[in-house]
This record gives sequence, C-alpha cells and structure tokens, in this order.
Amino acid sequence: MSVLALLIPTSIGLGLVGLAAFLWSMRNGQYEDLDGSAERVLLDDEDRPLPTRDEDRR
Amino acid sequence: MTFCDTSTQLADDRDERAGGGIRRAERLGRVERGPDGRGHCRLSVPGISCGKCIGAVERALSDCEGVVAARANLTLRQVAITLRDPETDPAPAIERLGAQGYPATLIDLAAPGDAQADDAARFLLRCLAVAGFGATNVMLLSVSVWAGAEGAARDVFHAVSALIAVPVVAYAGRPFFASALTALRGGRLNMDVPISLAVLLATAISLVETAMRGPHVYFDAAVVLLFFLLVGRYLDQLMRAKARSAVTSLARLASRGAMRERPDGTDVYLALDDIRPDMVLRIAPGERIPVDGCIVGGATDLDRSLVTGEHAPVPAGPGVALEAGILNLTGAIRMRVLRPAGDSFLAEVARMLEAAEQGRGAYVRIADRAARLYAPVVHLLAALTFVGWVVATGEWYPSLFIAISALIITCPCALGLAVPVVHVAAAGRLFRQGIMMKDGSGLERLATIDCVVFDKTGTVTTGTPVVTGGGPDAAEGLAVAAALATRSLHPASRAIAALADGPPVPVDDLRETPGCGIEGVVEGRRARLGRPDWVAEIATGGQRSGSAGPAFALEGGPLKTFTLSETLRDGAAEAVAALRAAGMQVELLSGDSAGAVEAVARKIPFDHVRHGATPADKIAHLKALQAEGRRALMVGDGLNDAAALAAAHVSMAPGSASDAGRMAADFVFTREAMGAVTDARRIARRAARQVRQNFGIAIAYNCIAIPLAVAGYVTPLVAAIAMSGSSIVVVANSIRPERRAPGAAPAMRSAPA
Repeated sequence: MSVLALLIPTSIGLGLVGLAAFLWSMRNGQYEDLDGSAERVLLDDEDRPLPTRDEDRR
Repeated sequence: MTFCDTSTQLADDRDERAGGGIRRAERLGRVERGPDGRGHCRLSVPGISCGKCIGAVERALSDCEGVVAARANLTLRQVAITLRDPETDPAPAIERLGAQGYPATLIDLAAPGDAQADDAARFLLRCLAVAGFGATNVMLLSVSVWAGAEGAARDVFHAVSALIAVPVVAYAGRPFFASALTALRGGRLNMDVPISLAVLLATAISLVETAMRGPHVYFDAAVVLLFFLLVGRYLDQLMRAKARSAVTSLARLASRGAMRERPDGTDVYLALDDIRPDMVLRIAPGERIPVDGCIVGGATDLDRSLVTGEHAPVPAGPGVALEAGILNLTGAIRMRVLRPAGDSFLAEVARMLEAAEQGRGAYVRIADRAARLYAPVVHLLAALTFVGWVVATGEWYPSLFIAISALIITCPCALGLAVPVVHVAAAGRLFRQGIMMKDGSGLERLATIDCVVFDKTGTVTTGTPVVTGGGPDAAEGLAVAAALATRSLHPASRAIAALADGPPVPVDDLRETPGCGIEGVVEGRRARLGRPDWVAEIATGGQRSGSAGPAFALEGGPLKTFTLSETLRDGAAEAVAALRAAGMQVELLSGDSAGAVEAVARKIPFDHVRHGATPADKIAHLKALQAEGRRALMVGDGLNDAAALAAAHVSMAPGSASDAGRMAADFVFTREAMGAVTDARRIARRAARQVRQNFGIAIAYNCIAIPLAVAGYVTPLVAAIAMSGSSIVVVANSIRPERRAPGAAPAMRSAPA
C-alpha cells in the first residue's frame, strides 16, 4: 500500500506538468493558426516562430 | 475648379490612398508600438487560402521596405507584420501584396468586440485544459475503485479525487455557472441550468459520501461532464471566431474620417466623430461622403447606389445635397457639413437596422426550446424519485443519493453536444463552399425557409457594367479609349478599361471634366471619352445611338458609342430555378427602375417582381410576408437593403456588399456564383436533420437510463459508461461525412487565389 503514496503524487505531478505545458503552449501562441501550422510543415523555407501574444498585444 | 489638371492630383491621391483605401494618418493610427519598440500591425488578406500562399506572402514581404518580419495566419487569413518602428507607413507592404495578387487591408486593432471575444476563447481553452487534466486523473482513480479497491485504499482514492475535482469544478465550471445564473435571473431556463445543478449536486453529494467513507462517489462524472461540454462550447466559439474574422475584417475597410479645410486654407485630417456642422471638407475622387452635407465647390459624378440601389452615376455640382455613404466618383469637391455623423443618413439606416433586428429577437434557438421542456421534466423526475424512495424506504440519505444519481445520468451531456458539434461541422462545410456563417441561430432559421427575396443590383447582377457592343474597333483607337478609361474611377470607364489588351498607350495632357468625361492627347490628336454630346464637340460624323452609354472619339474622327449592360451573377438563373423546383416562392425586390428590373426578369423567371422599392418598402414587404406566416430568406447587398436583411427571417449577402449589408446578414458568401444560396440551404437542412437525429439519440438514451436511475440501479460506473457512450454516438453522428447528393457541387478546398 505504501507504494500508493509514491504513485498517486507521481501521476498527479505528471498531469500537472502536462497542464502547465499546455498552458505555456497556449500563451506562446501555438493555437493561433491551426490550419497554417498544418501546412507550414510542408514548406521548405526557414520558419520563424509566431510572435507571442504578449509581444503582439497593445 | 471646373477644369483641374487631374494627372498630378491623381498621383497624389494614389499615394494617399495606397493602403487599401484609407488615408496615411489613419494607417499610422492602426500601427501599434510593441514592447520591443517596433511597430506592429495586422492585415486582412482574404486571398491566403493554402500553404503555398503562406510562403508567397511571407517571401513577398521579407524584402519589403520597412518590414522587419511578417507572419501569415491561414486560419484567420491575416498577416501580422512587424515594422521597423511605429512611425513606419505599412503602405509599401500593402502595395507589395496587392501586386502579388493578394489584396490586403489594414485591420483596426483597437476596434471593440474583438479583444473580448479573443479573451473569451482563451478562457474557454484554459477551462478545457483544466477539465481535461481533472478528467484524466480522477478517471484513473475511479477505474482503480471500480477494479476493486476496498477499505482504506478506496477512501484514499476518494479523498484524492475530491482534492482534484473540487478545484477543477470550481474553475472549469464557471462558463456554465455564469450562464445559468444569468438565465435564472432573467426568469428563464437554459441548458446550463440542469448542467450546473447536476455538476454541483454531484460534487456535493460525493464530498458527503467521501466524508462518510461511502462506496460511491461521482467526482468522475462531474469532471468528465464538464470536459465534454467544454469541448462543445469551445468548438462553437472557434467557429464564430473564424466567421467573425472573415466578416468584420471586411467591414473595417471603411474610412472613418475626412480632410477638413480650415478657414486659413490648410488641411487637417479629422476622425468621423470630430466632424461638426458648418465645417468644410475636401472629398477626393473615389472617396465616400462621410457625413450629410451639400456641395459648395467643384463638380463630379456621384454613385448613389447605397441610397437608391442604382449604380448609374449622377452628375452633381454646387448646391446638391449629399447623404453619407455616397461614393464620389470623378471630381474633387468641397462640401459643407449639415449634420454631425451621429445624425447622418447612415446613422438613420443603422437605427432602422437595429429596430428591424429586435423584431427578429422572437426566434428561440432549438437547444433553448429543448431546455425549456427538458429541464423541468428532469428536475421534477429527480424530485419525484426522492419523494418516492423516502416514502418507500423511510430513509432520506439513500433516497437523496438515488435522486441525484438520476439527475446526473439524465444530465444533458449528449444534448449539450447535440447542437454545437453539428453546427461546427456545418460551418466547416459552408466555409469550404466560400460561405461565412455568423452563428448557429442563422443556420437553424435557414433550414426552415419557404420563400426567397432577391435584391437586383449587386446580388442577382454583379453591379459592375460590362461593354456588350459598340465602341471603336482596334483601328479606330480602342487602345486609346482604354488608356483614357484607366485614369477614371467611373464604373463605365472601368468596363472600357477592361477591354485593353497589349501595352498601355501613353497619354499627355490628361484632364477629367466632372460630369462630362475624360480627355487627353495621343500622338498629337485630342481624344475624348464621356458623355456623347460632349464628345461630339470634337468628332465629325459617326452614329449617335439613342442609348445613354459613353462615347469615344479622336479629334476629327467619327463618334463611337459603347453599349453597356449589367451582367447576371454566375449561376443566378440556375439558383432561382433550383429554389423554385424545391417549392419556394422566389421574388425580385429592387429599388431600381422598371426597365432595368424587367431586363433581368426576362432572363430569370421569378414568381414575383417588384421595382422602385425604397428601404422602407422592402421592410414592409418582408413584414407582410412574415405576417402571412412565411419564413423569408433575403439576399441583398446594399445599404438600402441592410434593414431588410435584418428584418427577414434569415439573410445572406455577397462579400462585395456594403459594410452595413454584411453586418446585417446572417451569412456572407465570398464566391462569385449564386449557387452559394442553394448550397447554404442544403447544408442548413442537413444540419437541422442531424440535430433532430441527435435529439432522438439523446431521448432514446434517456428512455433506458431514467428507469434504471429511478429504480436505483445506477452506480458511478454505469453513469460513466452511459454518459460517454451517448456523447460518442452523438458526436459520431454529427461529423459523419455527407453522402454526395446527385448534382451537388463538389466541395472546394477554398476559393482559388
């Protein structure tokens, strides 16, 4: 049973890491252009990341 | 200034208006200073339709003067541009894109509405992420319990679930709680009321159960329910954001100010709200009249189509009254302001529009109608279950638990998804056909129409005349006529300019005489293009046909008259025939003259034709149809149609429509062909059918689930399986591809660039 004390926090911790990663990617502007991102994979040109929301904001 | 040398003036004017029809001062106002000290602006570029366009647009801008970085957004069809500094004029970038075949307009970032909607979308996405995190973790723990965890282990799992679920429900449930609260305050019931109640009660009873070390908790049901519903909600938001970006970016084309001539003779640019009566404004050719007033200097031709619906230009000189929204075509004029912008003709139309829209407010969304029936039934059922069990067993806590189980399992999870998923799928299909949809309510209304009313100019016809005969042939100076025509903004000139092939002919001493025409010297010979009697002054001989079309002559040469006519929009006849075949009553309701309307009616068989209708007549006609119990689709484009568009049961406007027309319409189609109307109706009807099927599935599910729940057989495991099962069936039904109907237009990925 003591293994649970390790496993449950581990699983929740991993979940929180995933959540944090998602929130970061959202803030980073990765959901601004879903169609474009799908097409950009196929472009040969050098590709710069999208200016982030905060930079873009007024 | 009857005769002014327009060649230099035209050049100044071109520079001033390079940024997609708005002035330099206003362009700079739309560039923002970023924290990096550079200028940022966004362009709306409707031509971005595929991956190749992204590359083409970004390459075109990469070496453009003043541009540091450019990034195209395919979803919103916009380009975000970083400029060297906030004082850089983005005009070169706009021109470069235009030259590449991507017409671009500058977006006003400060326009209200957008920022709020963006924030709402991001908030929903954050809620969705939190609910997703909660759902997976709580579900893991719940599966362990269902797998047979007992005693202390089960209590620990329950406690951990509670620790996760309570904050998750408190955060991710807010969109529903807020909406339910608003509805209850207004004395109404919407879908969010039973949703909020089920989620909150499930969480509360589970907390009690956890504290009492009971066997069954519903944390997973509460959190998974929120997750599913947020998916539907977010999809809905995404669809509306896409449509909004497509529709409102067009609306921002309009210039929101004018050049004021100060008493000392200098000019200053004023925003629309700062314009006061008795000021004198300078209106350049090609500009719209910003406020009501009258001409005090200069002569010109006016396009009054926004007011009358008629595109034929009207000559005007000092003393002529001007309504806001009229397009000044050929000459520079000075006008005295009569009324401030808030009292102008445009503002009047806007008020009519608002009044007409309120009349339509009676329509209730299908989901809300379902909620009105569903919510009381479910709540009553849960209450009866509780009372029944208390009477039967005499124990209140198990009875309450069973009643809440019933409430949870009947919670409209499938119902909450039934409408948005179908509408998102339909919006995607419409988008691929070049049709933008504003919201789901329009789609529901479109499916029920039994009558279609078309406007003529700009809707059934394209509104731009084409040359259908007459005029000089190549030997008689067609190239010269075309060269003269390219220098004028008059619609007839544009039609003639389109005839040019080969390199442009150099023209010297170019003059435009407002109200008469344009003249120039080519290879030593004077040439005129314009009103027949004016052109005849330099001509010798040649035919003088009775038509009002423009004439052309070289000095000493014969007079040649062009025949112009309106062109029908592609597929207009087919669309009308198809609608009539489907049993609709199809009408033509135009503000134009009898002759022009009959010319169109001869080519397309309408059930009913009416000409000379004013905006008020159009509204009255639609109201009359409504009073007869008919549900009319109005298809129109002009400002004079805007109120009628809002008054109709549902409305569509072409992408070329006036700002007011596009804002008032439920659907905007950006492709040229009229087939958009029949396609939109087909997609709307299919969506309505799917929504009904989804409601059927949800009801069937409840018919099985409710007796089980009332009988007390439902455990959290059963609830989880039943809820996910019904949701998956509903989603699968909504997104299943369309069986190709015979003769249906093949789906286009997007309009060709």
